[in-house]
Amino acid sequence: MDTYNSKDIAAFKNVWVFCEQRQGELMPTDFELLSEGRKLADELGVKLYGLLLGDQVEGLAKTLGGYGADGVIVCESPLLKDYTTDAYAKTVCDVVKELKPEILIYGASNIGRDLAPRCAARLHTGLTADCTHLDIDVEQYKSFLRENSTLDVDGSQWDEGDRNLKMTRPAFGGHLMATIICPKFRPCMATVRPGVMKKAPFDAAKSEAVEIIRPAFSLQEEDLETKVLAVEKSARKLVDLIGADVIVSVGRGIASDIEGGIKIAQDLADELGGVVGGSRVAIDSGWLASDHQVGQTGKTVHPKIYIALGISGAIQHKVGMQDSECIIAVNKNSAAPIFEVADYGITGDLYSVGPMLLEAIREAKAAK
Amino acid sequence: MKIIVCVKQVPDTTGKVAVKPDGTLDRASMQTVTNPDDLNAIEAALAMKDEVGCEVIAVSMGPAPAEGMLRELLAMGVDRAVLVSGREFGGSDTYATSQILACAISKIGLEKEDIVICGRQAIDGDTAQVGPQIAEKLGIPQITYVAGIEKDGDKIVCKRMLEDGFMKIEAQTPCLLTCVKELNQPRYMSIGGIMEAYSKPYEVFDYEALKDSPLMDAESIGLKGSPTNIFKSFTPPQKGAGTMLKGADKNTCKELAQILADKHLI
Repeated sequence: MDTYNSKDIAAFKNVWVFCEQRQGELMPTDFELLSEGRKLADELGVKLYGLLLGDQVEGLAKTLGGYGADGVIVCESPLLKDYTTDAYAKTVCDVVKELKPEILIYGASNIGRDLAPRCAARLHTGLTADCTHLDIDVEQYKSFLRENSTLDVDGSQWDEGDRNLKMTRPAFGGHLMATIICPKFRPCMATVRPGVMKKAPFDAAKSEAVEIIRPAFSLQEEDLETKVLAVEKSARKLVDLIGADVIVSVGRGIASDIEGGIKIAQDLADELGGVVGGSRVAIDSGWLASDHQVGQTGKTVHPKIYIALGISGAIQHKVGMQDSECIIAVNKNSAAPIFEVADYGITGDLYSVGPMLLEAIREAKAAK
Repeated sequence: MKIIVCVKQVPDTTGKVAVKPDGTLDRASMQTVTNPDDLNAIEAALAMKDEVGCEVIAVSMGPAPAEGMLRELLAMGVDRAVLVSGREFGGSDTYATSQILACAISKIGLEKEDIVICGRQAIDGDTAQVGPQIAEKLGIPQITYVAGIEKDGDKIVCKRMLEDGFMKIEAQTPCLLTCVKELNQPRYMSIGGIMEAYSKPYEVFDYEALKDSPLMDAESIGLKGSPTNIFKSFTPPQKGAGTMLKGADKNTCKELAQILADKHLI
C-alpha cells in the first residue's frame, strides 16, 4: 500500500460501484448505478465490481450480481454496521489502495455525499458531484451532446481515443451543464444523482455467477472518531417521488388556500394512482415536507404524468421534471415559464380547474 | 473556544441568470449573495456565542469584492473575518479549495474545543464536497447534514439528517459540521453591528501568507493543480413548447382528459 500513487494511471483497472445498504437493505440507487457501471465497464472492456460494506451483508451480493456486477468486494465488520464517516472512509480507501479501481461511483445520497469527498481528499483524486450522465466512449458522448446541448458537436475537434470518464452534471441551479473529467488521477470518482440512471432488468444467471472477493482490511475501535448514538427512521412514510408514475405538484399558487390546494393535488394524485410533489417554495414555506420536493435541490423525476398546479417553473424546478413523459401545467399567468416545458397548458385558476379536471378524468376513465 | 465558519459568495442562481454565448456564466451581470446554507452556519455559530460566549471567525475564499459579504457577517455579530484571496488560488476545484481553506484554518489555529462549521452546499456548484474535504485535510471528524447541535465540553452531539430519518452522532472537538437550513433561522444585521463592522478585525490571507503551512502543496492548488477539469460546458436546449389549451372550463378539462385517455396515460 506504500506504493499507492494516484498519478500512476496505468496501475488502475475496473469499474466499482459503492453499494450502499442501510440496516441490511440495499438502496434502490445501487441497482441504477450497477446498470450504469455495467455500461462503462463494457465500454472500457473491464470488469464491474460492487463494493459492499456492512455487518453480515454477504447475502446481498447475489442481488448486486443480478443487476450487473461481475463480482462483489465484501468488507464485513461489526464496526461497519451503521454508517460512520471514519470507518467507511478508512475501509474504502484501504481497499482502493490495495485493488486500484479505475472508476468508483457512489449514489449521491446523504451518505454517499458524506463519504465520497472524504475518500477523494484522502486518495488525492478528483470527485464530481451529483452527476446525471456518464460516458466513456466519445461517439456516445457526442450523440448525447447532439441531443442535449446547443454545442456544434460535428464542427468541433475530438480525440476519438479519449478513454476518460466524462461526467456531466447541472451547475448554477441547472442553468448550465458541465462535463467534468479527471485526467491525471485515479480512481476517477463521481456521485450520481438517485433516480436518473435506468435500472436494468434482473439477470438470474448473472446473479448466481457473481464472484465474491474478500480483501484484507483492518478496522479497530480506535479508528472511529464519531459514535452513532441512535438511528431513527422517519415515523411518517416518505413519499416515493422517484418511483412514482404520476406526480401532482403544487407551488406558490396555493398560497391563498394551502390546505385546499394540497387537497386538490392529493385528490388528483389519488385518482391517478400517484403522489403529491412540491416546488421549492412549497417546501421552504413548510406547506409540504422536504421529501416532496422536485427540482435541483430535491429530486429529479420522470413520471408518466406530471401535473404542475400553480408552479411558475423556476429553472431549478424545470430541470427536475422536464423529462416527464407528459407534463400538464395549470397556472393563472399565461407567461409562466412552466408552459415552456409543458405538453399541455391551461391558463386558469387551479382551484377551479383542478376539481374540473378530476371530474373529467373520472368520466374519461369510466367511458373506457 | 472558537468557531470558524466557512462562507462563500455566490451568484444568485435563484434570480436572473445570464449565460454568455460560449456557454459560460456571465458573472459580471449577476447579483451576488452569501450562500444561503452558509448563513445557517453563521447563525449556528452566533447562537453558540450567545449561549457560551466564544469567538466566531468567518473565512471565505474568493476575489476581493467578497469583502462586502464578510463585512455584512461582521455586522451580524461575527468577531473576525478572513478573506483568502490570490491569483494562485483561481480556478481551484473542490480538492484544491479545501486544501487552501484547511491551510487558512490551521493558520488561524484549531484548538481542543474549537468547531468548524460550513453550509451543506453552495448554490453555484451544489457539490457539498468542500466541507468534508477540509475535515479530511485537517484530520478532524466531520458530521454532515446537521439539523441540531448540542455541545458539552469537548464533546458534540448532532442530529444528522438522512433521506429516511436521522442519526444522532457524537464527536470529539475539534470537528467540522455542515449544516442544513432546518437547523435555524439566520438573523439579520443589527444597527449596532453595522456601526461596528468596519472596526472589527479583517484580514486577507494571500498565497504568501499560507505558503509555509505544512498542509500547503503548491502543486495541487489553482486551476493547474485541481484534479478535475471542465471538459465542456453547455446550456441545455429548451424542450419545445407544447399545446396551450383554449379556455379553463369544463370543456377544456374534458378535452385534456380525452387526450390522456387516447394516449393511454389514464
